[in-house]
Amino acid sequence: MTLIDLANPTRFLTLTARILPWLVVATAILLAVGLYQSALAPDDYQQGATVKIMFIHVPNAWLAMFVWGVMSLAALGTLVWRHPLADVAAKAAAPIGAAFTFLALVTGSLWGRPMWGTYWEWDARLTSVLILFLMYLGLIALWRAVEDPSRAARAAAVLTLVGAINLPIIKFSVDWWNTLHQPASVMRMGGPSLDRAFLTPLLVMALAFSLLFVTLHLAAMRNEILRRRVRAMQMMQVAQAGQHRA
Amino acid sequence: MSLGPYATFIATSYLVVLAVVMLMIAWIVIDYRRQTRRLHELESDGIVRRSDREPRRGMK
Repeated sequence: MTLIDLANPTRFLTLTARILPWLVVATAILLAVGLYQSALAPDDYQQGATVKIMFIHVPNAWLAMFVWGVMSLAALGTLVWRHPLADVAAKAAAPIGAAFTFLALVTGSLWGRPMWGTYWEWDARLTSVLILFLMYLGLIALWRAVEDPSRAARAAAVLTLVGAINLPIIKFSVDWWNTLHQPASVMRMGGPSLDRAFLTPLLVMALAFSLLFVTLHLAAMRNEILRRRVRAMQMMQVAQAGQHRA
Repeated sequence: MSLGPYATFIATSYLVVLAVVMLMIAWIVIDYRRQTRRLHELESDGIVRRSDREPRRGMK
């Protein structure tokens, strides 16, 4: 099966039905391993046991940005190539991305209180992630507000690409501005500065959450394809009823 | 495993993540059931998609 074959929603549904059970099992195993390693990780010499919040905060923060990146590629697919699954992919990803962003904000806040002495600070990193969360909500509202799917797709794609400007701002906010948030300690020039005792469980959890995203995204895309089929069939039903009356 | 003086913050973080992930899974499962039920209802009313009625050109 080539990549172009996946452009057919029916083939996509067949493939999804085949691989989803395997993805669910792989995600569950990786999450279990990651949680076990996180529980066994030693306390940090400065942060104590609160370092355990890092193992869920950082993967959620990474995914908050990654999902918007996926949606930006899908937006290009909608505007440039008019790929039939591009808008389906973007629309299905938005609520999942919003959930990851919400979790990054909440866990970061719960980590910030004991470490910084405050739940919230209007600094560059926290504010730019909050803007990302609001943009996710705005996109979801846009898809719900515009009834015609093709018009909604184009408007959402443009908004997604404009919103992608926020991704480098989030990433480099800790370098460009004076902020409470610590600078990058994994994805940085010169390699990770984290000790292996923390880095290994963090990377396993990041992989587990990434697999969780892939699993949820494929399942949500399947639902969106079915929803569009239902809509098309309902319109046919209305048209047929109109013909019988005439 | 001792979580020290900030155990509440750590436990709350993990519980919130668990709750949101479970909500996402529940939302997707319920949505799938709803869409498949609607599709079956429409099919039982005799509504057939055009692509299901006409065999595609070049396909056996």
